[in-house]
Amino acid sequence: MRKIVTLFAAIFPSITFAAWEVNMPRGVTPTSEIAYDIHMLMFWITVIIGILVFGVMIYSIIYHRKSVGYIPANFHESTKVEIIWTIIPFLILIGCAIPATKALIMMEDTSDASVTLKVTGYQWMWEYEYLEDGVNFFSKIDNESNKARRLNSGINVNKVDNYLRNVDNIVVLPTNTKVRILLTASDVIHAWWVPELGGKKDAIPGYINEMWLNIKKPGTYRGQCAELCGKDHAFMPIVVKAVPKIEFKKWVSIQKNNRVAKNK
Amino acid sequence: MNTNIDNVHDDHHHTPTGIMRWITTTNHKDIGTLYLWFSLLMFFIGGFMALIIRAELFEPGLQLVIPGFFNQMTTMHALIMIFGAVMPAFVGLANWQVPLMIGAPDMALPRLNNWSFWILPFAFTMMLSTLFFESGGPAAGWTLYPPLSLQGGDSMPFVILSIHMLGISSILGAINIIATILNMRAPGMTLMKLPMFIWTWLITAFLLIAAMPVLAGAITMLLTDRFFGTSFFTASGGGDPVMFQHIFWFFGHPEVYILILPAFGIVSTILPTFSRKKLFGYDSMVYATVSIALLSFIVWAHHMFTVGMPLAGEIFFMLTTMLIAVPTGVKVFNWVATMWQGSMTFETPMLFSIAFIILFTIGGFSGLMLAMTPADFQYHDTYFVVAHFHYVLVPGAVFAIIAAVYYWLPKWTGKMYDEGLGKLHFWLTTIFVNLTFFPQHFVGLAGMPRRIPDYPVQFADFNAISSIGAFGFGLSQLLFLYILYKTLKQNKTVEDKAWDGAEGLEWTLSSPPPYHSFETPPKIN
Repeated sequence: MRKIVTLFAAIFPSITFAAWEVNMPRGVTPTSEIAYDIHMLMFWITVIIGILVFGVMIYSIIYHRKSVGYIPANFHESTKVEIIWTIIPFLILIGCAIPATKALIMMEDTSDASVTLKVTGYQWMWEYEYLEDGVNFFSKIDNESNKARRLNSGINVNKVDNYLRNVDNIVVLPTNTKVRILLTASDVIHAWWVPELGGKKDAIPGYINEMWLNIKKPGTYRGQCAELCGKDHAFMPIVVKAVPKIEFKKWVSIQKNNRVAKNK
Repeated sequence: MNTNIDNVHDDHHHTPTGIMRWITTTNHKDIGTLYLWFSLLMFFIGGFMALIIRAELFEPGLQLVIPGFFNQMTTMHALIMIFGAVMPAFVGLANWQVPLMIGAPDMALPRLNNWSFWILPFAFTMMLSTLFFESGGPAAGWTLYPPLSLQGGDSMPFVILSIHMLGISSILGAINIIATILNMRAPGMTLMKLPMFIWTWLITAFLLIAAMPVLAGAITMLLTDRFFGTSFFTASGGGDPVMFQHIFWFFGHPEVYILILPAFGIVSTILPTFSRKKLFGYDSMVYATVSIALLSFIVWAHHMFTVGMPLAGEIFFMLTTMLIAVPTGVKVFNWVATMWQGSMTFETPMLFSIAFIILFTIGGFSGLMLAMTPADFQYHDTYFVVAHFHYVLVPGAVFAIIAAVYYWLPKWTGKMYDEGLGKLHFWLTTIFVNLTFFPQHFVGLAGMPRRIPDYPVQFADFNAISSIGAFGFGLSQLLFLYILYKTLKQNKTVEDKAWDGAEGLEWTLSSPPPYHSFETPPKIN
């Protein structure tokens, strides 16, 4: 891999900083972990089926060819094998459907959340409201990325800190707490997605959708809008900072004070 | 009386020449040729748009186009490729092959046939002209989701009208194909003796008739929302933006199978020829195709798992979607069993068909993964989805179309293409198609959303590879154009039965077949 990267670096000097990420992140919430587990389960099942089916096919391509003088067989139907290769995949699918259904029931259970964050999508920024604490603010792409992303800006985007994944106001959430996210939009459909925190959900005008997170590990997690929402769809990032509960409380009270100060 | 009939018959041979021949033709072969050339032209126009997209995505940062134009390119690329390239190519193949394969003299409704084709150039001229409007072309994605599509500029009514025209063309074409297959088969050709290509097209035609009017309804409601003050899809007026998605995908999912079922038929025709062995499990292939078609009407909401459906809905659509893997698996197993213990040779159509099976199956695997709702919450609207549907549409539908052209070209023209160049075309196309689309799985899983003109730098490497692949793929298709040119220019002719393992009525005719073939129906054993 090193060599390939070096070779590539020689050809395309601008892209040497990137990581060769090939898989879904396992993430830091129960919902992202279960999505990852189902993903890997299905991946390995398809790999095994692929090896078997393509293996038979490749064997046939190598040995059953006219150039090695193979005489074609005459068979062209068998109800028995048709039934076998209908039933076996069916059973495999039932085997996949059971854990998937269980996971889905768990993922859609938004009850007993202790913090509620309402997210509203706008063209092209997010508004966050902490319903219990009455804190709210807008969050949009940071200035540095916003300058660099202009057509022929002349800025090397590789040198921009977290290019397109940085915002002016970060969302802060407590760790080890069930957080309910309510999603809606004011203009067109958006989708709120931070891969490491689990799946996405659409923010739709006239609807209030629900999802939940329970972040296990403190850290900063980045994502972006995932539903085409117009010309700046690529430029509405999401940054979530997960901190221990005490720090979260502190952050909330600072936000409240700031609000009071502003209103004066 | 007799002389009268003779006179009428004579008239047939006094067809106009030059451009008027093509404008006024009611001959299925001429119309098939028109469809095929038209679809090739659209394939290059849509492909050019894809290259603009890939050129912009070669590196992070915006270098070539502004985001608004990028969105117009992704939208138009999809509309052109789906309605302009793949669907007309299949209709063109049906026009050529349905009468030849069932022993009919022509399509059942020849004038309707002419009209179905000649709607297309006008519809696409209108659609493409929107790119030159001051407010630009459509930019809300080919799925036209409101409220975003309602924000569009002046292009919107033009695009909707052109989609209506395409819908009319498709429905008329489908009616014609159904009427031909059900009424004009040679005596003795019962339904269960139909060639697989005819079966798959018959089922496709029913899907078209069922699905296209639904799309027409959806886009008409969009139009009235925009111009006549209704609010079917506007929340502020009491409407429901999600309802559009339900209606759209009720059309959209059968549409996906409209794009792939004829490809199944083509592969089921080519594999036995070059394996020198009958298609394995003919009956189960027919039943599997019918099951896929029926299932296609009860899986639509798997395109919209993230809209916040009730849990029961999510579970239902997950299970029905998974079920599609069963008949699709049966098809793949039957193809492998057809090859098993055959006596294979690997001419270009066979190579494309084998690549079809492998790469379509890979697209099927990612499809199965996407069916799993819990994981789909992560996959949805990422490049993983882009990789998935390009795997089933490019090395799926497009490979099958190319295979069909190589396979029947000697029959249509009486001339054989250059086998060496054909193989070169195959290898270049296959290598580059994988180079283009395989890395898209990785960036999708790593978190890159689709339909974005610029991306965070961690996705840069695979995007660069993908762009190189796309340019290689695009340039390789110029070779295809040259192969077609070279074939048509040469003087050598082929035998009536161009492939020694081929079976079917079309091979009993001369190569090229007479302008009016099967004027007396052939005998079926």
